[in-house]
Amino acid sequence: MWQNEYDIIIVGAGPAGTTAARFAAAKGASILILEKDRDVGYPVRCGEAISLGGLKEFIEPNDKFIAAKINKFSLNSPDNTEVILPLEEAGFVLERRVFDYELARIASNLGVKIITRAYVNDLIIENNKVCGVKFEYNGEQHTVKSKIVIGADGVESRVGRWAGLNTYTDYRDMESCVQVTAANVDIDPNTCYFYLGSEFAPHGYLWVFPKGEKSANIGLGVSGAVGKKRSASKYLEDFMQKYHPNASILTKIAGGVPCAITYKSISAPGIMLVGDAAHQVNPLSGGGIASGMIGGKIAGTIAAEAVASNKIDYILEYDKAWNDRLGKRHVIFDRIKDGIYNFDDKKFNSIAHSFNKVPMEDRTLGSLFKNALFNNPSLLIDIAKVFFTK
Amino acid sequence: MLLIEIKPNRCDFCGCCVGVCPENAIELKESEIKIIEELCTNCAKCVWSCPIEVLVFNKEKAKEAKDVAK
Repeated sequence: MWQNEYDIIIVGAGPAGTTAARFAAAKGASILILEKDRDVGYPVRCGEAISLGGLKEFIEPNDKFIAAKINKFSLNSPDNTEVILPLEEAGFVLERRVFDYELARIASNLGVKIITRAYVNDLIIENNKVCGVKFEYNGEQHTVKSKIVIGADGVESRVGRWAGLNTYTDYRDMESCVQVTAANVDIDPNTCYFYLGSEFAPHGYLWVFPKGEKSANIGLGVSGAVGKKRSASKYLEDFMQKYHPNASILTKIAGGVPCAITYKSISAPGIMLVGDAAHQVNPLSGGGIASGMIGGKIAGTIAAEAVASNKIDYILEYDKAWNDRLGKRHVIFDRIKDGIYNFDDKKFNSIAHSFNKVPMEDRTLGSLFKNALFNNPSLLIDIAKVFFTK
Repeated sequence: MLLIEIKPNRCDFCGCCVGVCPENAIELKESEIKIIEELCTNCAKCVWSCPIEVLVFNKEKAKEAKDVAK
C-alpha cells in the first residue's frame, strides 16, 4: 500500500502540505502525505476568504471551489457605524472542502501518495536527524523512513516539538475561533463584513463572509487572554441572537488561528515546518491559506533540491527564504496587530466616523490604514521603529 | 493530580488546546482527545483557549487537594 521509504514525508494534507508536495514532486522527489482525518479538506476550520493574488499564484480561480466573489468590505465599529471599503483587488470566499481536494488531486497527479486516517504519533530520529515517522493506521503501528519530514500538521502541530523545535503557541496569540455556516442571513452576497470592538470580539474581530445568496460563514476569534473570562462561542451566540435571529445554522465548528510571528526556527536536520504548524499565518488578518501555500511552495522546492543534490542540510536555507518572502513582513503586521488590539471602542468609533468623510472613490485599504494611524500616533511611532531599526 | 477535565461528548477536536499546551500533554486524533496526566501541570492554558468551553478547571478538586496537602 505504501513504500518503506520516501524522499519526503509530509504530515498533514491541508493547503500547505499538498502545495509543498506538489512543488517537491515537480522536481522529481518521491512523496508520501499522511493525513490524520478521514477526509482531505474536511472538516473545514476556516473563514475561507482569500485574495485573487493569493489564489492565482497557485491555481486559477474556478467556480467549482469558489462560493462567493468579493468586491467590497464592510467594516462595522462598536457604535454600528458602517464603513464601506471598495476593494482594489477582487477577493473570494472559497469552498475549502472542494479547494483542498483540488490541491490534493494536483499533487497526486504528479505521483504524490496520500493516505488518510493515518495518525502520525512520533518521529524516527537517528544521529540527531529526523529520518522518518511512526504512525497508526487501521489500529496498527507502522514506520516509514524518509530523508526529510515536513510538518504541515496545523495549529495542533506536534511534529516540530518531537524534533526539538520550540513550537507551541502562547495562549495570548491563539485566536480561539468558532464559526457557523448559516442560511437565511440578509447580507450582500459580494461583501465581506467585519465587526470590531468589545461587544463583538475583543482583541480579535467578528467576520461575516458570504457563501452564495443569503448564506454566510459567521465567526469570530478571541485571544486566550479574553477566553479566560468569556469564550468565543458565547460571543457568537450573542451576535447571532441580535443580528441574525432567524438564521439556520448548517454547520458549527471550532478552530484555532495562531496569530503570531513565524517561529524562530522552522527547519532543523531532516525536518521542515509549513503553514499553521510553522506560524505562517498573517498575524494581523489571521489569513493563512495563501501564506501557508507560499510556505509550502518554498519548503517543497528546497526539500526537493536538497534530495536531488544529496545535500539534505540544504533544507536549513528554508528559514531565510521564508523570512525574505513573507516572514519579515509578518513581524511588522504583528506589531500593528498589537497596536490595534489596544484600541478601545471609542477609538474604533472615531476612526470609522473620520474615514466615512473620505469620498468613496478615494477609499482604499491604504487610505483607511493611514486614517487609523493618524488617529493613533503612538502606533505610528511603533511602526516607524519597525521600519527604521535595522 | 489532574485538575483539567474534558467535558464528555462536546469536543470538536479543533486543536487549540494542543497548540497552546507547553508540556505537549494533550493527544488529539480525528475524534479522540486525551490529557496525559503525567505530563500535565494543570496550568489551564488549554482551558482559556478552548473556544467552546469543553475543557474545564475543576476548582473543587483543586481545593480538596490543597486541603489534603495541609
